Amino acid sequence: MRKAITRLGAVTYRFFNEAGEIFSLLGKILFFSKKLIEDRALLFEQMIAIGYNSLPIVLMVGAFTGAVSAWQTNYQIEGYVPVRFLGLATYKAVVIELGPVLTALILAGRIGSSIAAELGTMKVTEQIDALESLAINSVRYLAVPRFFAGLFMMPILVIFADFIAVLGAFLVAQLFLGIPPQIFFSEIPTYFHVHDIMAGLYKATMFGAIISLIGCYIGFATTGGAEGVGKATIRSFVLSAILILIADYLMATLLF
Amino acid sequence: MIEIKGLTKSFEDKPVLQGVDLTIGTGESIVIIGRSGCGKSVLLKLLIGLLTPDSGQIIIDGSDITSLKESELYKVRHKFGVLFQGAALFDSMTVRENVSLGLTEHTDLSPDRIAEISDEKLRQVGLPDIQDLKPAELSGGMKKRVGLARAIAMNPQYVLYDEPTTGLDPIMADIINELVIRLNDELDVTTIAVTHDMVSAYKVADRIVMLHRGVILFDGTPEEVKNTDNEVVRQFIEGRAEGPIKPVPIGGVSLGNHRSG
Repeated sequence: MRKAITRLGAVTYRFFNEAGEIFSLLGKILFFSKKLIEDRALLFEQMIAIGYNSLPIVLMVGAFTGAVSAWQTNYQIEGYVPVRFLGLATYKAVVIELGPVLTALILAGRIGSSIAAELGTMKVTEQIDALESLAINSVRYLAVPRFFAGLFMMPILVIFADFIAVLGAFLVAQLFLGIPPQIFFSEIPTYFHVHDIMAGLYKATMFGAIISLIGCYIGFATTGGAEGVGKATIRSFVLSAILILIADYLMATLLF
Repeated sequence: MIEIKGLTKSFEDKPVLQGVDLTIGTGESIVIIGRSGCGKSVLLKLLIGLLTPDSGQIIIDGSDITSLKESELYKVRHKFGVLFQGAALFDSMTVRENVSLGLTEHTDLSPDRIAEISDEKLRQVGLPDIQDLKPAELSGGMKKRVGLARAIAMNPQYVLYDEPTTGLDPIMADIINELVIRLNDELDVTTIAVTHDMVSAYKVADRIVMLHRGVILFDGTPEEVKNTDNEVVRQFIEGRAEGPIKPVPIGGVSLGNHRSG
């Protein structure tokens, strides 16, 4: 019993300690955000790495998400709900939930892990110490551009993912379910709310911030050589994914 | 001048430095020797504020860096150039970008002028034609020399060397030693090196101090080191397994990326 309490205490301490360090890093990033214009070259470099280079995987995820959504929604509503609502149901599911969350989870693996591995390698090979020894603040130089690139690019990627997902859903409906375009899109204008799209983009922005912040935090905290870098990449993905799902729930309760 | 007073540092309750007192005069070339894990690299990192001491003072040109704000500490770092053990070159940058980074960040010089200065520093370390290569394309000795060019790019007052010859063949190690001596004379800097390579220590040092069990055990000229009666120092400089120093380093702890010292 005593051991269990001790262990619980240690875990609780670690949790709050780590949460404190993550918020401390966020505070430093926000403090140095005033240098963002000055450091725009670094920001654009990261926007390309995080945004443009992620586009192929995001488009693929979007296309299949839409296709599966259409197929399964059709299966679920068949006989209960008129088929003209298929397009609307798929569109709403994609824009509000599937687009932002699935894109974020994929990018937590692609971008978050990549940031953690890159900064982690820099940490264990003393490159971050070298940067600091040159009187260059490592948070300003490394974390700020990555954080804001994630924050800015994630909503843009989600817009692409949403568009391709709806297109994928439409193609499945047209080619395999025999639903013509005028039926598939018929109910969307009636039930279209800008709020749905904005809610998805708010979520995407939050997820982008989580992915970049956790990647940077884990990267800076890496120790232990190549093994440590390997563990950091896994940890970055797992922690980002958990936080994305928690943030998704919290934002859903706030936005709807 | 650097004055270190009563410096202590522990990691996870394991003491590494237990009251280091050391004064380093301007223009000196001092080599800190000691076993792996004795705290040599920790001492270097404390000197430029990459680590924070548990207690004690580090007074650099009259300013105690242990009580400085972060922004003031960065100003003090302009006085230092550091050659890291593995050179710590930035993988994603070319050699020229590595050398010029400090100038790009801290000066208003034109890109052409910065490139000129970088190329000049590379010439000083004997690497005139590799500006556009990436660190992955360089040998160990070349990486160290590029790291040295980067360390001197901002014309520092103090150049710190963390194990400058570790991992190099004896000929390349001697080239690095010659370079350290030449730069010390030409640039009129204060040289502080940590090493356990005694060939390098004798060649480079005006003064050798030995760090043992978290304190300065010995402080003298290379000749005094060679002639000392201190059994611990003798065992270390002669590289004997038998003697008062036990095989497991006392105070040696894993510091993550602190591979030695």
